[in-house]
Amino acid sequence: MFHALVAIKQVPDTTNIRIDPVTGNLVREGVPAIMNPYDAHALAAAVEWKRKLGGRVTVVSMGPNSFVTTIREAIEMGADRGILVSDRKFAGADTLATSYVLAEVIRAVHEQDPLDLIFFGKQAIDGDTAQVGPGVAVRLDMPIVTYAVNIRAVDLDDATVVVERKTERWTEVVETPLPALLTCEKDIAEIPYAPLPDLIRSLRYEPEVWTMDGPNTFSTEEIGVRGSPTIVYQMGTPPLPEPGEKVNSREIGVEAALDFTFKKAQEAGVLETMIGGAR
Amino acid sequence: MTRPQQTRRFWVFLEQEGGKVHPVSWELLGVARTLASQVAEEAAAAGDEVVVEGVLLGHQVRSIAEAAIGYGADRVYLLDDPVLEHYRNCPYYMTIETIAEKYKPEVFLIGATTLGRDLAGAIATSLGTGLTADCTKLEMGEVKGAPQKLLLATRPAFGGNIMATIVCRRHRPQMSSVRPRVFPAPAYNAESRGEIVEEAVEVTEEGARACILEFIHGKEDTVDIEYSDVIVSGGRGLGGPDGFALIKELADAMGGVVGASRPCVDAGWIAYAHQVGQSGKTVRPKVYVAAGISGALQHKVGMQNSDFIIAINNDPNAPIFEVADVGIVGDLYEVIPAMIKEIKARKEAQA
Repeated sequence: MFHALVAIKQVPDTTNIRIDPVTGNLVREGVPAIMNPYDAHALAAAVEWKRKLGGRVTVVSMGPNSFVTTIREAIEMGADRGILVSDRKFAGADTLATSYVLAEVIRAVHEQDPLDLIFFGKQAIDGDTAQVGPGVAVRLDMPIVTYAVNIRAVDLDDATVVVERKTERWTEVVETPLPALLTCEKDIAEIPYAPLPDLIRSLRYEPEVWTMDGPNTFSTEEIGVRGSPTIVYQMGTPPLPEPGEKVNSREIGVEAALDFTFKKAQEAGVLETMIGGAR
Repeated sequence: MTRPQQTRRFWVFLEQEGGKVHPVSWELLGVARTLASQVAEEAAAAGDEVVVEGVLLGHQVRSIAEAAIGYGADRVYLLDDPVLEHYRNCPYYMTIETIAEKYKPEVFLIGATTLGRDLAGAIATSLGTGLTADCTKLEMGEVKGAPQKLLLATRPAFGGNIMATIVCRRHRPQMSSVRPRVFPAPAYNAESRGEIVEEAVEVTEEGARACILEFIHGKEDTVDIEYSDVIVSGGRGLGGPDGFALIKELADAMGGVVGASRPCVDAGWIAYAHQVGQSGKTVRPKVYVAAGISGALQHKVGMQNSDFIIAINNDPNAPIFEVADVGIVGDLYEVIPAMIKEIKARKEAQA
């Protein structure tokens, strides 16, 4: 029986984040919270392989109580078990402290019910660090395949997986022993429509909540702000570049607008480059 | 009160694949040299030595170590072994963990490429230290309560709306990843002198725990927008995927490549490899043309360091005009064909 664990994160939909033009502050109101899209695709892949091989999928999410909605969403997509790891003492964690807590939880799940594959999204769209997946793999002393785009084969008897991963230069086909950790691109699987029984189950589903008090134990030295080597030292708004000059082609005509553009390019010393002359 | 002389090591991971060095390695050597110079005075007063060192893993890659000296490395640690020929997470991070524990660098910079991101998180965790991803500004600065200057690592957060400066007070090395093209490459100096130190590789093939069965080269993999002198990018204003034919035509006329904003990639109009911005590539070409791109912050942070930016947009209030050197308010389907014609005419006149 196949057992996969998927780490999921709730994130603000960053495509909707705006800055208040008057105060210069981040507008958080009305920004919807969604399951990190890469995690959603990773979960879809885990569910796909569960259906192929028979088995179950556990999801784990670390965050406040409001993350329950994201866990329910995962149940709706076909996960069997959901664990919310939530404690005020975990707050303020950087990627190192986050990877510690997740690794401890995953280790405990693995001891209860051995895992074959652990899925992460390639990164979360709110932080974009891509650091937690590799961190967890190191802590669990497990092989990792990042930027996974396709799982070719899972062989539970041989305990191997063959995965395609996309780099900037090529696609690699990698074979690695199980249990292994994958961080996934969206290509890893399409998000399916939820079957009705899963949908119904998700509506009433209450995830297990793991805290500092149990069922797991965590070292207070390695969690939250204390376990985080990095701190935010300063925050600021990005410097505004000097605005350039604007012309309206509808008013002065396209030709005049282009004349102006080429003249400015010449002044900036890039005209040769622009007409493909510089090699 | 005397203390032993310290060597303050500023490390750069020299990324190579198949014997081909990634240019971000040279860019980072330039950054490391700047950081080293920022502590020179403090170090001299304390009698400490400051060095910029490269770390190079691979098989038969000595020539890259030699080149690194020309780009400013005082010393290169060379870890040359067949097990390191192709990048794999386990043997790479374990090898670097060993050598970092031996030399205890103060700062460690890694390119935020797919390879570098895969590696950096693993190294930072194995060394139990802090890592700041995708830094756009790095500086050694005084921090209250710290005995020495610390690395002030600034990165965009919340899609570029906020710049956050991160410090790592007590743990070493202070690690940062930096995207290609965020910093310029230093000039190569053939006269530079440095040392290549070969280090033993302890990891074996059995410890690699991954086997690369095959490399597949696809068409899209060859799109290399980061190092192109000219980029013509299309946005939602194109109205549909077919608009990229016109973008391509202009890019071809200018001898450049095609870029895109995130909505076009999300909508499936064009492959992700073309995406410019916080969630795509950071670029700094000589000429950047933004056509039909409104200029969301997350796009602007990826292209605002370009030398010359031309924005074409119907909406006179589009935020892209804030970063453009020249803004053309108008219909891109009128402006671009005229521009292609003009470029071709000028080219012919030149020839």
